[in-house]
Amino acid sequence: MKKLIVLAVLIAATLLLLGCTQEKTTEQKKEFKAAFVYIGPVGDAGWSYAHDQGRKFIEKKYGIKTSYSESVPEGEAERVIREYAEQGYNIIFTTSFGYMDPTIAVAKDYPNIVFEHCSGYKTAKNVGTYFGRIYQADYLTGIVAGMMTKSNKIGYVAPVPIPEVIRGINAFALGVKKVNPNATVHVVWVGTWYDPAKEREAAESLINEGCDVIAQGQDSPAAQQVAQEHGVHSIGYNSDMYKFAPKAHLTAAIWNWSVVYDYIVKNVMEGKWKSEKIWWGIDKGLVGLAPFNEVVPEKVKKVVQEEKEKYLKGEVPEQYPFVGPIYDQQGKLVKAKGEVMSDEELLSMMFFVDNVVGEIPK
Amino acid sequence: MIEFIVSLLQASIRAGTPLLYATLGEMITEKSGILNLGVEGLMIMGAMSGFALSFITGNPWIGILAGGFAGLILAFIHGFFSITLKVDQTVSGLMLVLLGLGLSGLIGKSYIGMVANYIDPIAIPLLSSLPILGKILFTQDLLVYSSLLITVFIWFILHKTSFGLSIIAAGENPEAADTAGINVDLVRYICLLVGGFLIGVGGAYLSLAYAKLWTEGMTAGRGWICLALVIFSGWIPQRAVIGAYLFGGLDVLSFKLQAIGFTVPYQLLKMIPYIATILVLLLSLIKDKYRLKAPSALGKPYFRGER
Repeated sequence: MKKLIVLAVLIAATLLLLGCTQEKTTEQKKEFKAAFVYIGPVGDAGWSYAHDQGRKFIEKKYGIKTSYSESVPEGEAERVIREYAEQGYNIIFTTSFGYMDPTIAVAKDYPNIVFEHCSGYKTAKNVGTYFGRIYQADYLTGIVAGMMTKSNKIGYVAPVPIPEVIRGINAFALGVKKVNPNATVHVVWVGTWYDPAKEREAAESLINEGCDVIAQGQDSPAAQQVAQEHGVHSIGYNSDMYKFAPKAHLTAAIWNWSVVYDYIVKNVMEGKWKSEKIWWGIDKGLVGLAPFNEVVPEKVKKVVQEEKEKYLKGEVPEQYPFVGPIYDQQGKLVKAKGEVMSDEELLSMMFFVDNVVGEIPK
Repeated sequence: MIEFIVSLLQASIRAGTPLLYATLGEMITEKSGILNLGVEGLMIMGAMSGFALSFITGNPWIGILAGGFAGLILAFIHGFFSITLKVDQTVSGLMLVLLGLGLSGLIGKSYIGMVANYIDPIAIPLLSSLPILGKILFTQDLLVYSSLLITVFIWFILHKTSFGLSIIAAGENPEAADTAGINVDLVRYICLLVGGFLIGVGGAYLSLAYAKLWTEGMTAGRGWICLALVIFSGWIPQRAVIGAYLFGGLDVLSFKLQAIGFTVPYQLLKMIPYIATILVLLLSLIKDKYRLKAPSALGKPYFRGER
């Protein structure tokens, strides 16, 4: 009987592991292999999905072999990364903030393998970091929301209070402010990255309070669906969420990781790779907007296009819209007119700009 | 203000319904003396199977049934170990959590990001136009109403039928029940399987009527809340309704408050269900009147003819 239990536990454990095992794809060039480690499932239209689109792109472009592991919890990351290193992959991409220390730890033991960690700040001789200035896209979606709202109340379903999320909300709010100084952005914290039922409730609460455009910071399309049911508009995040809410979804701030994967893989293949801290924006095409819904008027598209041009032509710094005057919620001037926030200030941002309603939980 | 309370109560019922199904399921399981710690695993399998079947057949009610059967199958595994083989129920129950989370992730992979048919609320004619109460109680979906009927049904079975007596006997004193000619193992199997079905339905409600999508790990700890709820409600079905709506309400309170401009730390609200359960436990120690009537043989395997 005891044996049976042991057997059962083993079976359960195996099945669990299967949930995050590697999927091998076609082997074409034996000499070059790239591996990707994802925090979530690739089918969710969210963060990991966007990265996987990039993986597919480089696999096709260079005819190299790529592998990935999805839904890898942070505690499991070191084992998974080490396995890829052991199998002799030339480059390993680790795509969640929480993989930072495991990546550095494994990289120490495999000096000949290139590691690239997404969204972190620790580098080493063989570890580079890469990330995108998604706030630039958030800013543009804010313009759309600001021009489309009739009630002048815009809702934001926010995951957890970290600088990355707060930066996105602020950029969005600055976009709203640019075109509609009377509108406010109402933030509701859900407290998790992944609980669609709660995201739904949060969105519904905002709509009940009169918000007629709902934006979000999570992967799941729950908030989009609620907006659709209530006949209000929504702004998606991470990838095009149009299919979940064809009437509500105005546009979305999206990632195009293929640009950066292309650059890194090319460098590694040509032996030109060196450890860098990549933080690209709209000008390189790493971030952008999903196609506009047909209900978005030409006038709105035009304003968005004008602002986008500013990045493309280099008329504004990469940190734009975080250029003074910027006021916080208490009305205090944070950046004087014309002053630009530094990257360090952006990365540690823990305040809301003046047209955001809601607090940052401490 | 009234509007705020109405929308809070309406949302509490919605958020509490998946908890209510799973709590009732666990309650009748425990009433017969079986402890099934695998609620989280059963719920997530229910959520995945429900969504998948609704996606495939286009009928969300088939999905709900499928969710129930997924829960039932996992419950059967638990029964095989804990009733037939009489191994430690804690181990076997916990195994179901891991099994459910892993298996649902594996099978459910291709359904992530899909759009299925869902169960929508229906306004009951006349009743729904009542002031205040109409919106809170009578604009919900059918599964909300049926959960209340099931609560009454379970209470009736437990307290007004001889089968209910057999269940209570199996959970309180299986030796005596056996002497009285009750097939303890059979009674326990029935309760476990019916309970598993209800827990699975709770999971399917989550993906088909509440969140209206499927994603890995979407139960997000609700199974554990239900285990606490069984204790909180003192193994009394009608109290489970209050408990489920209360705990569900806590889930949504934070968003409702934030939306009107109050900030409550969500971390605090997340803890309250567990704190409330501990308080109920403490209360039951202090005053005899509040003593919790946990089935005496709960979690103990019954070996026939050992004495």
